[in-house]
Amino acid sequence: MSMRTLPLLFLNLGGEMLYILDQRLRAQNIPGDKARRVLHDIISTMFNKNFIEELFKPQELYSKKALRTIYDRLAHASIMRLNQASMDKLYDLMTMALKYQVLLCPRPKDVLLVTFNHLDAIKGFIRDNPALVHLVDETSQQLIEAYGGLSAGEFQLIRQTLLTFFQDLHIRVSIFLKDKVQNSNGRFVLPVSGPVPWETEVPGLIRMFDHKGKEVKRTEFRHGGNYIAALKEGSFELYGDRVLKLGTNMYSANRPVETHTSGASKNLASQSQQSIAPNPLAKEELNFLAKLMGGMEIRKPSGPEPGFRLNLFTTDEEEEQAALTRPEELPHEVVNIQATQDQQRNQELARIMGEFEVTDQPRWSASKGDDLLAMMDEL
Amino acid sequence: MVAADSEGQKDPRVRMFRRERSIPLRGSAAALCNNLSVLQLPVHNLTHFGVVHGPSAQLVSAAPEGVPLAQRQLHAKERAGVSLPLITQVHWCVLPFRILLVLTSHRGIQMYESDGSVMVYWHALDSGDASPVQAVFARGIASSGHFICVGTWSGRVLVFDVPAKGPNIVLSEELAGHLTSVTDIASEHAQEQDCIADMVTADDSGLLCVWRSGPEFKLLTRIPGFGAPCTSVQLWQGIVAAGYGNGQLCLYEASTGTLHAQINAHARAICALDLAPMVGKLLSAAEDTFVHIWKLNRNLKNGCIEVEHCHGECVPDTQVCGARFCDPSGSSLAVTGYDLAEILRFSSV
Repeated sequence: MSMRTLPLLFLNLGGEMLYILDQRLRAQNIPGDKARRVLHDIISTMFNKNFIEELFKPQELYSKKALRTIYDRLAHASIMRLNQASMDKLYDLMTMALKYQVLLCPRPKDVLLVTFNHLDAIKGFIRDNPALVHLVDETSQQLIEAYGGLSAGEFQLIRQTLLTFFQDLHIRVSIFLKDKVQNSNGRFVLPVSGPVPWETEVPGLIRMFDHKGKEVKRTEFRHGGNYIAALKEGSFELYGDRVLKLGTNMYSANRPVETHTSGASKNLASQSQQSIAPNPLAKEELNFLAKLMGGMEIRKPSGPEPGFRLNLFTTDEEEEQAALTRPEELPHEVVNIQATQDQQRNQELARIMGEFEVTDQPRWSASKGDDLLAMMDEL
Repeated sequence: MVAADSEGQKDPRVRMFRRERSIPLRGSAAALCNNLSVLQLPVHNLTHFGVVHGPSAQLVSAAPEGVPLAQRQLHAKERAGVSLPLITQVHWCVLPFRILLVLTSHRGIQMYESDGSVMVYWHALDSGDASPVQAVFARGIASSGHFICVGTWSGRVLVFDVPAKGPNIVLSEELAGHLTSVTDIASEHAQEQDCIADMVTADDSGLLCVWRSGPEFKLLTRIPGFGAPCTSVQLWQGIVAAGYGNGQLCLYEASTGTLHAQINAHARAICALDLAPMVGKLLSAAEDTFVHIWKLNRNLKNGCIEVEHCHGECVPDTQVCGARFCDPSGSSLAVTGYDLAEILRFSSV
């Protein structure tokens, strides 16, 4: 509903992706220089000026399927490769983590603090590269300009739009189950204790006034929770104490990215509802992707750098097994993008469009001059 | 999912409601405010429920024990070739001679016969002077006499004149009063006295406008906000009850705008308010998983508005998005939550 949601969604999901990749690179003992190279390449692609410019344009939020395409591309922006099963799992972990963070934000505006937490951590990954740090800082600055002046009402609309994006996702994530922030039915725990949000009072007090505005009575009621006053407000500046922990890296060296994710969507009816709806990769989504990914410049590697495959699971057998047993109700990501080093933008776009696999879709009647759809018809 | 297990001190003696049988929904409820409408039809022993899922809204009819009898899905009208627009609210409007179901979306306003079977009117929103970054939508629905009032993204409130029957609904007035998006509208039957306020509109800045309905609506008072959006509003015997995004619940004298009560009611944004007008009961529901029931009354000695807390119910791990009383005496209520594909029902023991 809000036209301002995409930058927040993209940057936070990107941040989660980097946390997970960083942890897997270490767990798989990928040599330090290669690991740094991968993170560096992904981050420089993510914060490319043209790409960020497209991102910040006012636009509607597109489907999870369309957005997933961008992350496929991003994950392959370097010498690293991911199999379909690992990419599926990566995206599941990213989306569930962000769903949790958005849901638990004390105030709608705090999603900005979550974003700053991600950006602060991203700068940590590339702190040895001042040019790249500067690029990230520029994006932070754009965030401050775009969101700093928004009202609480506008942030509430953004929050509602983000929650619409994550609606009906109930994938169980081991690290969440272990920390008891997610129940076994896939729903997140909403605590009724702790500090109230900044600018909210602890529930329990009733004050009554007369016609002249004088307080005449004060009573208390039992509200059922166990809240305390807010401690302090997080910083919305370029640098500062964010106070909020949501959006910081929960995958430290001791907390591996667990292999167990499973679709726990009990309401299969609502999932099948999604699949009989018109194919979401409609014309406008293709246009959006073309514009956004056109801004993604993939660097040619210098020299014959051998690539490597990253596995989101602990063994290759597990990865194979996951690919075979992916629950029916979870969407199969049919888009399969291979990264090439081709710098010709138009050729790049044509190739990207050529790889969209459109299933169960009646032939679009391409109107004259509609290049994108004409390309698809040529498949 | 009964209230006993939440953290915090819950006194079992205080609990007066018990969980009843839930009504299943085809689609989960969307994270919107005021996301439950209830039409009580005691004559037919039926209750209709309306919940927004996203691009569709679901209507369910149920018998008194909560047994679902009929279901219908409505969709927002779309333009060809464009993605499905999202619905913002669904609400039954009880008018003197008919009941209409109104559905607001990012495209416009749809009005149906009360069972949702036939669309009788469609109004497309004019997004003329919206900047590209502005979301365009209608939100906030209430009936006032034979008018249906609907709020919009710009703050304008559209007033539709509804005939006793047939589709000849006419946009009769556009009310100016708000500068930011309307969130909710509430009304009550005008009393016999003059100059009585019978409608209140609320917006994203927390501003409340109090109106008197008529062939031309008249703005009586403005009650300024304080930074938090006013997400839900009710009107009872000249008392405005307003719920805010910071969890606060305020009661105002409608005719003057004077603040009479300020309640630190919830730890998160209030998303719904409802009234049981026969008994002066008010319910508030919020994203903090709690539903609270309050008793309003006027002190006969000094005319001051008073409020006391009756009961609180925790819906564990559920970000509540809609709540309504299901009978005029306020002894039963229904609740919806984000991501939840059922309507939870409670009744007092």
